[in-house]
Amino acid sequence: MAPWTVSDSKIPQGRLALVSYLSVGLVVLLLVGFWKLQVVQSGHFADLAERNRIRYIPIIAPRGAMLDREGRVLVDSYPSFSILLLRDEPKLLEKSLPQIEEGLGITREDLQQQLDAAKFEPKFQPIVIKPAATQGDIAFVESHRADLPVLELMMVQRRRYPHADMLGNTIGYVGEVSAQELEKSDGHYRPGDIVGKAGLERQYNSTLEGTDGMRRVVVNSVGKAVRTLDDVEAIPGKPIQLTIDYDLQSLAESEFADKEGALIAMDARTGEVLAIVSRPTFDPNDFAVRIPPKEWAALNTDTHTPLLNRAIQAQLAPGSVFKVVEAVAMLESKAIPANYTAYCPGSATFYGHLYHCDHVHGEVDLHKGIVASCDVYFYNVGKLLGIDRIDQYATGLGLGQRTGIDLPGEEPGLIPSEEWSERVNHHKWWPGSTISVAIGQGPITATPVQLARMIAAVAKGGTLIAPHLLKDAGGLKAASYPLSDDTVQQLTDAMWGVVNEPNGTTSETVKLQNVDFAGKTGTAQTESFALQNKLGKHLKENGWFIGIAPRRNPEIVVAALVQGAGWGSSVAPIVRDVVRAYYDKKNARMQQTTAQTTPAPSPLVATVGAQHP
Amino acid sequence: MRDRPRVHDFDWTLLAIVGAISGLGIAEIYSSTHASAMVGMQYRQLMWIAVGIAGMFLVSRIDYHTLLDQSPVLYAIGIATLLAVLAIGHSRFGAKRWVALGGGVNLQVSELMKLIIIVVLARYFSEVRTDRLTLKDLVKVSLLTLIPVALILKQPDLGTAMVLIPVAIVGAFLAGIEWKHVAVGVVLIGILVPFAWHMRNHLKPYQQQRIETFLHPEEDQRGAGYQILQSQIAVGAGGFWGKGFGKGSQNQLGFVPVRYSDFILAALAEEQGFIGVCVVLLLYLGLILRLVDNAQKAKDKAGMFVVMGVTAILGFHVLVNASMVIGYMPVTGIPLPLMSYGGSATAFVFLALGLVMNVRMRRFVN
Repeated sequence: MAPWTVSDSKIPQGRLALVSYLSVGLVVLLLVGFWKLQVVQSGHFADLAERNRIRYIPIIAPRGAMLDREGRVLVDSYPSFSILLLRDEPKLLEKSLPQIEEGLGITREDLQQQLDAAKFEPKFQPIVIKPAATQGDIAFVESHRADLPVLELMMVQRRRYPHADMLGNTIGYVGEVSAQELEKSDGHYRPGDIVGKAGLERQYNSTLEGTDGMRRVVVNSVGKAVRTLDDVEAIPGKPIQLTIDYDLQSLAESEFADKEGALIAMDARTGEVLAIVSRPTFDPNDFAVRIPPKEWAALNTDTHTPLLNRAIQAQLAPGSVFKVVEAVAMLESKAIPANYTAYCPGSATFYGHLYHCDHVHGEVDLHKGIVASCDVYFYNVGKLLGIDRIDQYATGLGLGQRTGIDLPGEEPGLIPSEEWSERVNHHKWWPGSTISVAIGQGPITATPVQLARMIAAVAKGGTLIAPHLLKDAGGLKAASYPLSDDTVQQLTDAMWGVVNEPNGTTSETVKLQNVDFAGKTGTAQTESFALQNKLGKHLKENGWFIGIAPRRNPEIVVAALVQGAGWGSSVAPIVRDVVRAYYDKKNARMQQTTAQTTPAPSPLVATVGAQHP
Repeated sequence: MRDRPRVHDFDWTLLAIVGAISGLGIAEIYSSTHASAMVGMQYRQLMWIAVGIAGMFLVSRIDYHTLLDQSPVLYAIGIATLLAVLAIGHSRFGAKRWVALGGGVNLQVSELMKLIIIVVLARYFSEVRTDRLTLKDLVKVSLLTLIPVALILKQPDLGTAMVLIPVAIVGAFLAGIEWKHVAVGVVLIGILVPFAWHMRNHLKPYQQQRIETFLHPEEDQRGAGYQILQSQIAVGAGGFWGKGFGKGSQNQLGFVPVRYSDFILAALAEEQGFIGVCVVLLLYLGLILRLVDNAQKAKDKAGMFVVMGVTAILGFHVLVNASMVIGYMPVTGIPLPLMSYGGSATAFVFLALGLVMNVRMRRFVN
């Protein structure tokens, strides 16, 4: 037997017992450790476990579409993916940023800026770091679910403008809610929410925007959603129907393809805007995702001001279009006899200054003064009326004030008066200025929509329509500035003459067959004679044409402005084309209706009849 | 006194405890994996337990004195295998620990070394005639232990390497280590730890990271610190009564790392609560106390050292694993014996228990 197997010393019972006691002690210590976690801090850890497993994913409500008057889509939304950054684990987030930068091609500053913007939001709210994810971005997120659990994909609804820059300024654009808007919204908006920023998108934002929903999902340790706990459904935004006629709109847009200016065509009976153009413009699609700062800066600093909706915001001298207001003042105030005539030698001197006319018109009466647009005649009329009488009628016809069209940022234009001169210029009105104002020059400005409404009002006996773009705009009331039938007749005949008489300023070039088309040209200098002399050349003038058809109680009124066009007569063909297109369409529809067999009396007809007894 | 050991003399109480622990393990493995790609894992674990039990009976048949006689040979085989695995073993999870046994079965050879060190040190300690360990003895024991420790560290497997050390410490304690040597040892450690801290840059990156993580768990949420944090969340979220079998979100959704193996206690703590943890830890305490009881009743010191070697390893496993789960120790990859899924580890436990039965069966044999 080997020596070591001999049991010559005793088993150390005492030390073995000590090992037992030690074991008991260690198990007690372990149990204390578990007790601390499972009983003392149980609530805290249960909370952490819930936060681990539950994730909040916003369900973005689609924005309402915009349709034209016949239901054709002008703006809609489509689903796409955004990449969300989860912020509930700050340390993990910090560590992941470099990889995210590289994988998604976002700069660190950009990321940091977005994180800072959402600093005071609850941490469980993720932020959008990349709207409109590409296929590559989506693949990157999917393949890094395990090591970049801070990234999440979210289906979003993105704005689509299928006709690109058509109606650009009027439709406006959407963008991420700003810090100020966020604060004002009182919790209604979250960072990264998309809101209307300009144009109709802004005007009808509350109708168009839906209410986002929220999905609570259970996620596993690699961030994959394994099941949905509950959904608060998104409520889609409501669509809006516009008064725009797509056919007229596209025609008008094409007329302005290479021009700078604006056009507004309205139903002269209701104030419904059928077409509205402002050039240059922008493509709202550029804003639908997130406009790069550079592009935004370019749009803002462009000297051609593409962000300006000229139809409602361009405050320019109305030129000879204003002679219609002058004539109204003359006839209505009776301060000057209706048969007043003046001799035009091609220029005239007032208060020691020489004022030009375009032609030698000879003996001129009111009709000829409008038809041939004689400046000398209206210098005299203006001088006889005085600025305050001009102001009274111009204001009565809606100039110098907003028309109330349903678009943000409309400008009021300016009609001067003695009171205005003292208030703003702190000196008495110079009577010489009246001479300029008399032909729509000098300290007087108007917007295309104002001039369209004014001309329509003259043809309607003083009814000022309420221009609007929303088809179902209820509660709109036309203002009234009653004019005598005689005034209406004289002026509408004169405006008919502009288009149809041999000595009219449009030289019979825009006559329309079977359409009672009338209008007024305007040519406004964009700079003073002094500046012209200084530059040694003529800057091109702004051309206006406001057309109506038929001449009395018109159905349609179209105002067009072409900046740098030279003469108003060159603008008239644009208006003529739009009016012709309007009638072509109307006639085609009427033929279609009469071609049909005798329609049975429908309840719809009865309803319409009841509304208009 | 009998002349033949009998199966009747098996420690059935001990086996009952082992059965209870294994049963809880199987149940929790099922709960952790049934809804995942690893479904059916509990059957494989059952198979390993069956293999282990067979091995246990086999080991109990060979007189431990015979095994102790052969301890130099066994030691040589152990060292040779460790060298071999470093040379030809294949890597899994970045460490060379396995040798192919054929048929797709891979043996983690360091588990074998655990058994060998128990036998080798039992032989050495029982040869000490007095109840005083000399300094020379201590140095020899240290060398015998540290050579395989170094080889296992090289794999690298910090956890298993550390597991060998308690066998030497418990053995030395029972063999009558002198208090002055303990004092010197403590002072040495007091010097060595700061030195080791200074030398930590020479550790493998994963080891450095684990130490860093242990000291600052919140800084590395997706690495080992994340594992410990998730484990703590699971344990804490379980509360007093637990969330119920198969209902722990941390466990079922995979937040608890290797929830069927190293962190199985966290999974159990979440689903069975503090009550469940009490049951498990008290079962382990029962196991340890029963083992010590067997040591006390051993026929000779050699038998006692064998049993206490097994006790030291199992106790160390439980202590380190449970501490890791609640964040008191770093992640070292030391599984919970009998509960954690794993073939080699489970087989080791049963073979070690075979040694214990071996000693017990022969307590009355002459």
